[in-house]
Amino acid sequence: MTEPAVADPPAGERVPAIEAVDVSRTYQLDGVSVEALRGVSLTVQSGDYVALVGPSGSGKSTLMHLLGGLDRPTGGRLVIGGRDVNALAPPEMATLRNETIGFVFQAFHLLPRTSAVENVALPLVYRGVSARQRRERAAAMLGRVGLGHRLDHRPNQMSGGEQQRVAIARALVTEPTVLLADEPTGNLDSVTGAAVLELLEQLNAESGVALVMVTHDQEVAARAHRRITMRDGVVVADSADPRSAHDRPPSVDHGRPATLVPAPSAEPRSASGSGPGHPSGGSGGAAGATGRLPREVERPEAHSRDAAGGDAVAREGAAGARQADRPGGTA
Amino acid sequence: MALDALRANRLRSALTMLGVIIGVASVVLLVAIGTGTKQKVEQQVEGLGSNLLLVVPGRIEVGNAPVVSPLTLKDVDAVTRVVGDPDRVAVTVASGATARAGARSDFTTVQGVLETTPAVFTRSLARGRYLTGTDVDTSRRVAVLGDSVARALFPDRDPLGQQVALAGVRFRVIGVFAPLGQSLGVDRDDEVHVPVTAAQRLWGTQRVDGIAVKAPDRERIDELGERIVAELNRRHPDTEFSAVTQQQILGVLGDILGVLTGVLAAIAGISLLVGGVGVSNIMLVSVRERTREIGLRKAVGARPRDIGVQFLLEAVLLTTIGGLTGMALGVGTALLVDALSPIPAAITWWSLALAFGVSAVVGIVFGVVPAQRAGRLDPVVALRTE
Ligand SMILES: Nc1ncnc2c1ncn2[C@@H]1O[C@H](COP(=O)(O)OP(=O)(O)O)[C@@H](O)[C@H]1O
Ligand SMILES: [Mg+2]
Repeated sequence: MTEPAVADPPAGERVPAIEAVDVSRTYQLDGVSVEALRGVSLTVQSGDYVALVGPSGSGKSTLMHLLGGLDRPTGGRLVIGGRDVNALAPPEMATLRNETIGFVFQAFHLLPRTSAVENVALPLVYRGVSARQRRERAAAMLGRVGLGHRLDHRPNQMSGGEQQRVAIARALVTEPTVLLADEPTGNLDSVTGAAVLELLEQLNAESGVALVMVTHDQEVAARAHRRITMRDGVVVADSADPRSAHDRPPSVDHGRPATLVPAPSAEPRSASGSGPGHPSGGSGGAAGATGRLPREVERPEAHSRDAAGGDAVAREGAAGARQADRPGGTA
Repeated sequence: MALDALRANRLRSALTMLGVIIGVASVVLLVAIGTGTKQKVEQQVEGLGSNLLLVVPGRIEVGNAPVVSPLTLKDVDAVTRVVGDPDRVAVTVASGATARAGARSDFTTVQGVLETTPAVFTRSLARGRYLTGTDVDTSRRVAVLGDSVARALFPDRDPLGQQVALAGVRFRVIGVFAPLGQSLGVDRDDEVHVPVTAAQRLWGTQRVDGIAVKAPDRERIDELGERIVAELNRRHPDTEFSAVTQQQILGVLGDILGVLTGVLAAIAGISLLVGGVGVSNIMLVSVRERTREIGLRKAVGARPRDIGVQFLLEAVLLTTIGGLTGMALGVGTALLVDALSPIPAAITWWSLALAFGVSAVVGIVFGVVPAQRAGRLDPVVALRTE
């Protein structure tokens, strides 16, 4: 292991769990650059409870992936657990994720045909914990999320709420410093979703794990200690940041699709965005007219209580377009 | 963990293994047949007797046409002087002939021999007696029948004392050989021994086809052969002679059978290779199908190598389970073939070890590419796949 590139904090101050300084992330699509994040700076302290809000496509998930060390910024500095990710090789990134981060996804991402305990124990496998200890710790963690009676159930034998609880237990079994939850209730009905949220908040309060959560629920956002609003790949409001004068609730935001920067020589307003490699669909005209990647324009109801669904649809649409553009997308 | 993944897709795993199973089974079976045949031939050559030296005109080489022998009984006497012990020298002059007894007849090989034959080649009689020195010296028309000939001519009578006509000349049966069985598809009991002198008179020749010498010990066998060849060369300067030992015969036969076994194994190996390609293919499909799983594992801290090792293990498990199954199938088939057909088959440990090793290596070789691909997947992209 190489010596971690530490962001030396001024003496006496707390070492932040995560520190992002002017972080950007640009995706390349067929020679076209998509700026998903354009200079985001934020600091997550241990024990924080941060709600991340913003319209679909504003870069929330991209930011979460970066904060969790699942992806690397294309610009700026990102320090997770005191280590600069730019200085880390993929295996070191993996170890960093394992030791400091817990992920909860909208789609649960449990291994099918695998029992709840085994799912929860999975992160410990990559820590070299013995099988017996893994089971013990996973079982204890399942007890904490209220699933002590479901140890050997498989995902297909559990409700959505239970599955998400298993995923939460899996995220916390390694005792991370930060729990990153990207729309954790997006696939759940409102009652179940509320229970899952309550659990997350309770775990945050009890164990001191920092909770960063993407949500569309304004009540939740209001309950959080801190609310960060994103739009077009930048933070437009941060309740913890005194410089952010206007902390507007997300419903006021009018979601504009992230800016699309066409190929180097192309003019922003030219039709080059829908060049040969692009799908010519219904939205192709719009792309040609605006010079932007075809994407579902945010609908007004996207911020209502069931907004998560709408957002998912939008992201799916964008993913579809990406796949069409790039045949070997998963390579 | 790897086993769980294979169990999850039983049918596909089984079908993928099939290629490896068939490949390994055929390697094991074909090597067993090759080895069995070789062992049987060796047994038979060694069964001829120990420390044998066969002296024939011409060269003993694969593909050489036989030479008409210039040897006579005078040469045999000369060889006997070199050897120093007449009991160690046997001769043959052989020809096909029809043997007749009453209404029955049988085409067989008539061999003119000396009375020394049973001592030089280990042969035993089932009934009666063998030729004597007097029989040879007086060209007596007496015959010892091979088991098959005796059965063909005298199916329901005792052949001893009966008359047989060989090429139209009557001989009296004085003995019957104990059966020897088949050797490489040749019936070794299909022969009649008569005194060499009587045989020469029968065919109107002075010729002797070959001389066999039983050397007193193994150490001096080559030297003895050289001396015999030198003596014969002196007597017949125009003809080449060779003296070969059983070891040399075994060497030549072993080489031929070894090449044959190798070719068979190589053909079977090709099917193993095809099986390996199948494994590679299915692993690539599996990586694609389980992209989300890979993404998730990476998210919770799996390093690229952890993922790679996981998929490599799966591939190796797939081929080694297939290899073990194929080994069982190959051994079973070989045992059946050996028991139920005239083809001999012998299982050798090295062929089993080889087949198992090769199937594991096939797993590694054909699993590496899919495993690397899995290890390199971008977790963010992987998690988004449906
Ligand atoms: N792998 C990718 N390749 C290209 N563009 C991407 C990729 N992932 C996300 N984007 C784009 O980046 C922007 C932000 O996406 P995302 O972070 O998923 O937004 P949110 O989670 O706020 O809905 C969108 O315009 C999206 O289309
Ligand atoms: Mg998102």
